[in-house]
Amino acid sequence: MGAPEIATAVLDVRNLSVAFATHTGPVAAVHDVSFTVAPGETLALVGESGSGKSVTSLAVMRLTPPAPRTRLDGQALFRSRDGTVRDLLAVPERAMRALRGNEIAMIFQEPMTSLNPVQRVGDQIAEAVMTHRPVGRREALDRAEHLLARVGISDARRRLAAFPHHLSGGMRQRVMIAMALACDPALLIADEPTTALDVTVQAQILELLQDLQRETGMAIVFITHNLGVVAEIADRVMVMYAGRIVEQGEVGPVMRAPLMPYTQGLLRAVPTLTVSDGFVPLTSIPGTVPSPTALPPGCAFEPRCPYALPGLCDATTPPLDDAFDGQQVRCLRWDAVAALEARP
Amino acid sequence: MASFLLNRLIQSVILLALVSVIGFAVLHLAPGGPLSQFALIPGMTQEQLAHIAHEMGLDRPLPLQYWEWVSRLVTGDWGHSYRDNQPVLAIISGRLPATFELMLTAIALAVLLGVTVGVLGAVRRGSIFDSLATVGAMVALSIPTFWFGLIVIYIFAVKLGWLPAGSRSTVGDGSFSDYFRHLIAPAVVLALVEVAIWSRYMRGAMLDVISQDFIRTARAKGLSEKSVMLRHAFRNALLPMIELAGLELPTLLGGALVTETVFTWPGMGRLFLDSLGYRDYPVVMGILMVSAVLVLIGSLFADILSAAADPRIRL
Repeated sequence: MGAPEIATAVLDVRNLSVAFATHTGPVAAVHDVSFTVAPGETLALVGESGSGKSVTSLAVMRLTPPAPRTRLDGQALFRSRDGTVRDLLAVPERAMRALRGNEIAMIFQEPMTSLNPVQRVGDQIAEAVMTHRPVGRREALDRAEHLLARVGISDARRRLAAFPHHLSGGMRQRVMIAMALACDPALLIADEPTTALDVTVQAQILELLQDLQRETGMAIVFITHNLGVVAEIADRVMVMYAGRIVEQGEVGPVMRAPLMPYTQGLLRAVPTLTVSDGFVPLTSIPGTVPSPTALPPGCAFEPRCPYALPGLCDATTPPLDDAFDGQQVRCLRWDAVAALEARP
Repeated sequence: MASFLLNRLIQSVILLALVSVIGFAVLHLAPGGPLSQFALIPGMTQEQLAHIAHEMGLDRPLPLQYWEWVSRLVTGDWGHSYRDNQPVLAIISGRLPATFELMLTAIALAVLLGVTVGVLGAVRRGSIFDSLATVGAMVALSIPTFWFGLIVIYIFAVKLGWLPAGSRSTVGDGSFSDYFRHLIAPAVVLALVEVAIWSRYMRGAMLDVISQDFIRTARAKGLSEKSVMLRHAFRNALLPMIELAGLELPTLLGGALVTETVFTWPGMGRLFLDSLGYRDYPVVMGILMVSAVLVLIGSLFADILSAAADPRIRL
């Protein structure tokens, strides 16, 4: 296998599928997902719980349960600092460990439980440094102090000795970010990093991530179900439903004029504060995400879709269509839907 | 910390008082009594028996007897054995070293083996090793200690002749290796149930920790699986085990009772059963109180150790 071309992207995921082994046979959690992220770019991965967005990110990190419990197909091409391009799904575990926490870092949803409760936060950050850099503890702790200061924690020297339970949720997430930045990663995967935080703290963390990205030029894959956050932080957005990409494109067009009925439903379900002329009912999408073990035939969204056409949508699985301006949509009727949506 | 210790001290005093009342009552409720020993002496008359009972204070009302015993106990006078008139404190302290030797060895074995088996079982969950360890623990838990002790004696002492059948040392041979050879069988028998319990709890604690978010964080840092397991998972899984150690001490004392009897081990457990047979009230009550104090000290140590190991706990 020669070095594949991935143009300027730092990560180029091609036809990623993830299946978990269960008692009743393999269950596909992610199906044929492809996307790229360029340096300095933020890609938002949006979807409800169970849509496959977290599994996608864990598969890229190779943190899904090992084979044979999980089956990974496709490629995840990653460009290292030294310019070499490797398929993350194919490199040996040892090489993957050398990348994890080093060139690719990850932060998680629950800052309350994502830190080791009995280890001082300074040591937890220093551990990330020492794992990948030939430095001693002293030097690693100095770096940890610098990182804590960088993520906006005052009195960093003293905080090194704090245990996680001494810190608030927002502070802990800052510690997680400091840990992720320990080795200047080229790619940061953030799995719902603000979901568990207060709204004001959320905004601070988003701002911090944007600052850090401007400074370091790292790419960010931001997983969220919060469309307000998407509009705030993302350059491009990718909407997932039942393990598949159903719409992707630049954040402006997708948020202004979504083509996929599912994305439209998601946007209508966002509560707004700008109502001046009275009460506007909050719409929800009827039904729930189908279980990956019992996907409906045809389009997976068909049973919940207001535009579904019997005989078509429940019979044919739609491909990911190129719409306009690089926007892609997985809907058999997207042009008809767009025309209907355009009418007031 | 100071208020914690004071609280525990008050609790302990109340607990010891309760143990002493209940122990005393149950002991005197049991049929028979120390007089039946004297009744066996040929030519013993009822008058003489009544006189002995009066001398021993057994003819007084029970609450009064208790009060006399307790008020002497707190001044350090634990009374004298009905059997040989030796001071109770001296008898018990003469037996304690043997019991400690057996119990500490058993604890060391149980912790070492139990923790190792438990951790390996959790890390290789579902493997052949894990299944064997699970079945083995169930078998070990269901084997009665006395029966297992007899089987060990039968195989290793009677049939193979590798180990002595009982007691703490060979008379006239005070060498370390002699003591050690005598210790092996009873320690293993006493440890068996504890190994099973520890391996099960350790496996559970480890699995519990492995599924937590910070283990995923450790992996995402690029740590090797060994570092993740040892530095992050094992360290956290040990915390509940400290509490368990405190709770397991009474079980171990109970086990020592049987094991010491089976292996004619000259410890406190055997002394207890012997004294119970004779209705030697002062010795039985003395051992009861010493055991209760040991258990209380054990749980106090467990709490202090927990607080030292877990920064979230403050005393």
